[in-house]
Amino acid sequence: MSDATQQDAPQSNGPVLAADGTPLKQSLARSLRRQKLRALILIAPLLLFVILSFLVPIASMLFRSVENGIVEETLPETVAELASWDATSGELPPEEVYAAFVRDMVVAVDEKTHTRLGSRLNYEETGMSSMFRRSGRAIKKLDPVEDAPFKEKLIDIHDGWGEVKTWATIQTHSGKYTDGYFLNAVDMQRTAEGPEMQPENKRILLTLFGRTLKMSLIITGFCILLSYPVAWLLANLPMRISNLLMILVLLPFWTSLLVRTSAWKVMLQQQGVINDTLVWLGLVADDARLVIINNQIGTIVAMTHILLPFMILPMYSVMQTIQPTYLRAAKSLGATNWTAFWRVYFPQSIPGIGAGSILVFILAIGYYITPEIVGGTKGVFISNRIAYHISSSLNWGLAAALGTILLAVVLILYWAYDKIVGIDNVKLG
Amino acid sequence: MKYSKYLMSVAAVALAGAATAEEMTIVSWGGAYSKSQLKAYHEPYSEKTGITIINDDSSNEAVAKLRAMNEADNVTWDVVDVVASDAIRLCDEGLAMEIDADEVLAPAPDGTPASEDFGDLLVSECFIPQIVYSTTFGYRTDMVGDTPPTDVCAVFDTEAYPGKRALEKRPINNMEWALICDGVGFDEVYDVLATDEGQDRALAKLETIKDDVVWWSAGADTPQLLADGEVVMGSTYNGRLFSVIEEQKQPVAMLWDAQVFDLDGWIIPAGLSEERKQRALDYIYFATDTQRLADQAKYISYGPARASSAPLVGQHAELGIEMAPHMPTDPENAKRTFLYNYEFWADYRDDIDAKFQAWLAQ
Repeated sequence: MSDATQQDAPQSNGPVLAADGTPLKQSLARSLRRQKLRALILIAPLLLFVILSFLVPIASMLFRSVENGIVEETLPETVAELASWDATSGELPPEEVYAAFVRDMVVAVDEKTHTRLGSRLNYEETGMSSMFRRSGRAIKKLDPVEDAPFKEKLIDIHDGWGEVKTWATIQTHSGKYTDGYFLNAVDMQRTAEGPEMQPENKRILLTLFGRTLKMSLIITGFCILLSYPVAWLLANLPMRISNLLMILVLLPFWTSLLVRTSAWKVMLQQQGVINDTLVWLGLVADDARLVIINNQIGTIVAMTHILLPFMILPMYSVMQTIQPTYLRAAKSLGATNWTAFWRVYFPQSIPGIGAGSILVFILAIGYYITPEIVGGTKGVFISNRIAYHISSSLNWGLAAALGTILLAVVLILYWAYDKIVGIDNVKLG
Repeated sequence: MKYSKYLMSVAAVALAGAATAEEMTIVSWGGAYSKSQLKAYHEPYSEKTGITIINDDSSNEAVAKLRAMNEADNVTWDVVDVVASDAIRLCDEGLAMEIDADEVLAPAPDGTPASEDFGDLLVSECFIPQIVYSTTFGYRTDMVGDTPPTDVCAVFDTEAYPGKRALEKRPINNMEWALICDGVGFDEVYDVLATDEGQDRALAKLETIKDDVVWWSAGADTPQLLADGEVVMGSTYNGRLFSVIEEQKQPVAMLWDAQVFDLDGWIIPAGLSEERKQRALDYIYFATDTQRLADQAKYISYGPARASSAPLVGQHAELGIEMAPHMPTDPENAKRTFLYNYEFWADYRDDIDAKFQAWLAQ
């Protein structure tokens, strides 16, 4: 083939032909395509599995952060009538809105969707939940035609229907899609006048995002410092001893996360092992025991310990491939121990540090159970808040928005890492 | 463990759907509480009917999981044990079945209809009450000197009772106690707490002990902290304190003052097939009659929800001690009690929780 191209190339600008007469480019592309297709078929089961069980659920969860169909679906006529009402005028909406609302509610109460809407709107305006629940019972008894007009009747049922802000909340959040959850996720809220910051005493999520990133970095840093010597020993000690050491690294790795975290509780609490020992040694007075749990120190200590294997193992597998002869060569050329390590050994071990750091950092910012148990109030992460909104407050929209932001932050950091260090410089072995 | 059980129950129910195996999945809280239900309800029921009961300890996430199951249109639970506030939310979301108490529950032995026997405790159309429990304080008897606390405000008195206190890491109950100890009357607590000033006032009161508080999130935390001497006093569920005091014999005593009553009971998920619904109703009828509710109190110190069960409460099944004096509803313990306001917290939970968490993080 190479002969043919070499002969043809200088002669003409026409296409290079393959043995069967078709242009070489085309036949090459065809065979490549066939190869790719074959590869694709081979990985298809895995690909399908990943898409169906991993990507689709994540995407549908993320979609919840903007999805807001419930208001329009539950109160279609009200939303249409409210469109022409000006919330900033300070006046209550006209009778048509009230009449439409009663018609919508009669249907909603029948389908029991009004309380669900109440819970949704309660995220935006406290008190909506009980307003919808209580009003539902009374509105059920109204006839949408005969009992008109409704304005005063509704205000009789609940004062809230006589307040502008109730209707403004419904109007503001009536869109099919909303940015409200994302605004909430960064301590803001959408009002009739547009987005604005939450009151000072309700801002918590930005603090938590900042804390999560800062503490994950600290934990990654400690992991690097502690793991490097261990990985070096594992890679350089005689096989017999290093195997034993390896077991010591892996044993906690195989132990339940909860057990390890609870063990730290026993170690760190004020009547715990460490404090007792220090008091016994006379280093700490009995009435001034160290507070090293239920705060940031507790989270950092426990999480560093739990994540250590994820740093040690990639480091170890990279260090194993570094030839000891390089160090000997450096020394024979006159390098001191330190120079030989720093100029020859360390640069070769960087891919291991890179892989370990990414692994530990990404695991750390999503950590939930350890901060919950040993973090007290100042050592909890954003994931604890996500868990709260998923399982306690049921504000899945906000939880999805927080999760999306967290995912975006990880992707941005990954991209930045690739730009600065280069992802090719990462090795798992 | 929990998940394997869950998977097993999912698999079992899937199988049950195909064959007509007589099985049902009952969701509860686990630990000593599930054990009391196993002894008092499940075992006699299985014996009577031959139905195998599968336990799933998922009650603390029941609302979220039921919502997920409902969206997936695959409800695998038959009967779920939840606290009253969760039952109200499940009812609001249309995830729990509405129930007519007189129709589906047994009358009292003297013929009193169920709705009267349960009385005010039927707080939601979907909720079948089972027990009355309370959140209250326990203290270390060896750490309070010669004057053991008798008043809930001892929690806020760090001069007389130095040491750490354990409080739950959420606003519910803590805000109420703070206001009570700031001079607000029992009747006015929720009116005050509904205002911004009232919420600030409660947080300001909590601020005075903020540095002395260990915040707990699992019911087992306070018993452990008390047993280790980490805290001098702490709030938790009264049944947990009972087991620290009577079963583990720790130097701990109850401070019943201003205990907050709450209810726990059953719901049946909405959208069950007719066959499973009937089976669930049959179980409920059996498990909530006067005698069964009294039987549960043999194993755990929670008060039965029926008025007619109270006189039948006897001795602890293993320890042999009288259970009545350990019930939160015992007149001696219930001198000053506080009833959790479900509707208030349904409205204010998100708002006050955000403020509370922001305050904690400061």
